[in-house]
Amino acid sequence: MSMSLQESLVAVFGGIFAVLAVASCIGALLKWRLAPGASHATVDNLNSRIRAWWVMILLIAGAIWIGKGGIIALFAFISFQCLREFVSLTHTRRGDHQALQWSFFFFLPLQYYLIAIDWYGLFSILIPVYAFLLLPICAALGSDTTRFLERAAKVQWGLMICVYCLSHVPALLSLEIIDFAGGNVLLIVFLVLTVQSSDVFQYVWGKLLGKRKISAAISPSKTLEGLIGGVLTSTAVGAALWWMTPFLPWQAALIALTINVMGFFGGFVLSAIKRDRGVKDWGALIEGHGGMLDRVDSISFSAPIFFHIVRYWWVA
Amino acid sequence: MAFEHLIASGLCAFAKLLTGVRAVWRTTEPLPRRRIYFANHRSHGDFVLIWASLPSPLRRRTRPVAAADYWLQGGLRRYIANRVFRAVLIERAAKSGRADPVGQMAEALAAGDSLIIFPEGTRNLGDTLLPFKSGLYHLTLAHPDVELVPVWIENLGRVMPKGAVVPVPLLCSLTFGPALAVAAGETRDAFLARASAALLALAPPAD
Repeated sequence: MSMSLQESLVAVFGGIFAVLAVASCIGALLKWRLAPGASHATVDNLNSRIRAWWVMILLIAGAIWIGKGGIIALFAFISFQCLREFVSLTHTRRGDHQALQWSFFFFLPLQYYLIAIDWYGLFSILIPVYAFLLLPICAALGSDTTRFLERAAKVQWGLMICVYCLSHVPALLSLEIIDFAGGNVLLIVFLVLTVQSSDVFQYVWGKLLGKRKISAAISPSKTLEGLIGGVLTSTAVGAALWWMTPFLPWQAALIALTINVMGFFGGFVLSAIKRDRGVKDWGALIEGHGGMLDRVDSISFSAPIFFHIVRYWWVA
Repeated sequence: MAFEHLIASGLCAFAKLLTGVRAVWRTTEPLPRRRIYFANHRSHGDFVLIWASLPSPLRRRTRPVAAADYWLQGGLRRYIANRVFRAVLIERAAKSGRADPVGQMAEALAAGDSLIIFPEGTRNLGDTLLPFKSGLYHLTLAHPDVELVPVWIENLGRVMPKGAVVPVPLLCSLTFGPALAVAAGETRDAFLARASAALLALAPPAD
């Protein structure tokens, strides 16, 4: 690393704040020119998205400032909120009540506790092995066979997507990377910034050029033009951030491309679930963005892949 | 009275925090009119959630109808039911001396208050609605100027199903549907079936 951790964080967050400030100015200008004092669906949605971005970035910055505990607490909260949204929308029955209690009050906190104490061996199998086997036992003891396999699968899926996959973001802190000691928090910034900017650029390119829908049955707003433009632009963003990672520029670009593609398909898969349930958003927590899960679906799909790429090639 | 308002705000805030409840007003608006809100019943917390979702001026003029045998047990429940929610407590067992629930509810309407009622009569453990009790029909005949607003409560029965001790923090939603009234010459059974269908129409699609 050429820069110290402090300098890198100041540089990257200074950059984000500058971009957001410009975005806020543009949003205010559009509002002033197009719809002063009146409502305008697109502009108002843009402005509430920008405001939500400020809140999200400030939360992440605050968590990083607090340190490892802050980051783990932030992602544990995000997991909790996502799991709420996920289970609320997928119909479980009374017989699942105990399995849900275990999911919310045992497996979720334990998963993040294992990350806090750096117990990789258990953290990586807690939900795929132990929750996978124990929760269906709980559900079966509820003596309700109606749609049993489907219900068991839904609870497991919720835990995997909302807790297991997302928990790989703070787990990045526990990797021991050669010549990068203490800099791991920058990997989180790299991951979140790259994947989230991909969401933004897909939205922008889709609005500007979007014509060919990837699957009208799954999402009317996901177009091929949006996908290619968004993924390529944010791959460039990822490559441009190479200086704060242990990667070379070409490696940063390749990794950014991989996690952006995974992130896109995360949103795509979860859209299929939403479509099946007849809703547009997972919730209404974040104004302009829908629910928490709408915001982090792409991170959920990219975080474990990113974690294992780094763990396989960069950890001693 | 101020102390009761404080407790009421606290309970509402807790209910909203636990359930993240979201109220969707479909074609109806939260207006200060006399109304009967009728809803599906899965949990003891049902009326708290409806009550908490109303704007505070409406809340003060809206009284839940609840079972006396449950809410008069113990000093705390009695205090909350009588003083905080100003519930209209009715006897469910027909054998008791004062068994004129419809009369009690009509009294509250006559005094200018709105009501929250659960026409299924008991907490429902199944997937669809139980047949409605006839009280809804008699009330609306006696007070034709009072609007009947169906409210579908989604998920609260899963947060705290009957017999559970620890709630699961799922997100709940309330859907307030368009008001309905008895049509000219409509029979009791036809009206109750229509009210039940209007409520069920607000439910999200089943699996």
